[in-house]
Amino acid sequence: MQVNGEQVTLERPMSVADYLTEHGYRPERVAVELNGAIVPRGKREEAMLDDQAVMEIVQFVQGG
Amino acid sequence: MIPNPVTEESVANTPLPPQPAVTNPVGTAAPMPNVTDTPLNLGGHEFESRFILGSGRYDLNLIKATVEHAGTQIVTMALRRAQTTENSVLDYIPKGITLLPNTSGARNAEEAVRIARLAREVCQTDFVKVEIEHETKYLLPDNAETIRATEMLAKEGFVVMPYMFPDPIAARQLEEAGAAAVMPLGSLIGSNMGLRMRDFIQIIIANANVPVIIDAGIGRPSQACEAMEMGADAVMAYTAVASAGNIPLMAKAFKDAIAAGRAAYLSGLGKVTEGHAVPSSPTTGYLH
Repeated sequence: MQVNGEQVTLERPMSVADYLTEHGYRPERVAVELNGAIVPRGKREEAMLDDQAVMEIVQFVQGG
Repeated sequence: MIPNPVTEESVANTPLPPQPAVTNPVGTAAPMPNVTDTPLNLGGHEFESRFILGSGRYDLNLIKATVEHAGTQIVTMALRRAQTTENSVLDYIPKGITLLPNTSGARNAEEAVRIARLAREVCQTDFVKVEIEHETKYLLPDNAETIRATEMLAKEGFVVMPYMFPDPIAARQLEEAGAAAVMPLGSLIGSNMGLRMRDFIQIIIANANVPVIIDAGIGRPSQACEAMEMGADAVMAYTAVASAGNIPLMAKAFKDAIAAGRAAYLSGLGKVTEGHAVPSSPTTGYLH
């Protein structure tokens, strides 16, 4: 699958919530877009990733 | 004199300018001038501070002191792909501050809308500063795409604050599209060149029905003060503060300059005469 523009291998099927936790993201600090649609915080447990998934994980950075 | 490198400790030890005396020479409290000001209203949200601060490019540990010295209530930030090892800027912003995400990186209205939606998902507020640019040499905003994005985002309930090239016609169109404020540039982003677009900003201010916030290029407190004297509703600064020798102290200087300019605007500036003097002493009773 693709995460933030990089090809990554999905070891096993997992939810967006599990992916964030396993890869060290802070769930309360990021927004997730899966295949072009935002996954709201409350839906991350049920949103499942597959090897065709395209995911963006974004956060705030310093800026004007 | 260039101050020493700024650290959190040096900030804590930096003396601020003395406060003005609170009593007059005979010891009774000086009466406050009768100035009535209304809060800055952005989409129904009210703010006492008229200074919006960029969060970028300086040590994260300085943000809290800078925000406090600036007296700001609104801080901008950008949205980027997350790195798991990065500190989160949100950890360093004091509680109670309104976050104003920008859409920097967007090249058209659709990309701006996408970024705004993602930003809302992170911070759970509806404020967004629309910023649409095509190149990095001048970073000039695309007014046409900005108007389109403003209309789309306003329909989705965002409090839309568009960064714009100071075209008075575009300012009116942004208002009609649902902008909660307009943010014309003073000069190029990050240039510290000041109010180069002064005359057109004045026209925008004269005709605006929403707050006018001077956004880019303000390089010195005196320029922020001038913008406020002209009737701007607020000033946003970032590079001018971030590139100062002592960042929190410069934030305080901007705060004071903006307050002074606002007070001058509310007071009503004196008339300018050209080509002759106006005597300030009696023109009779001379000793000759």
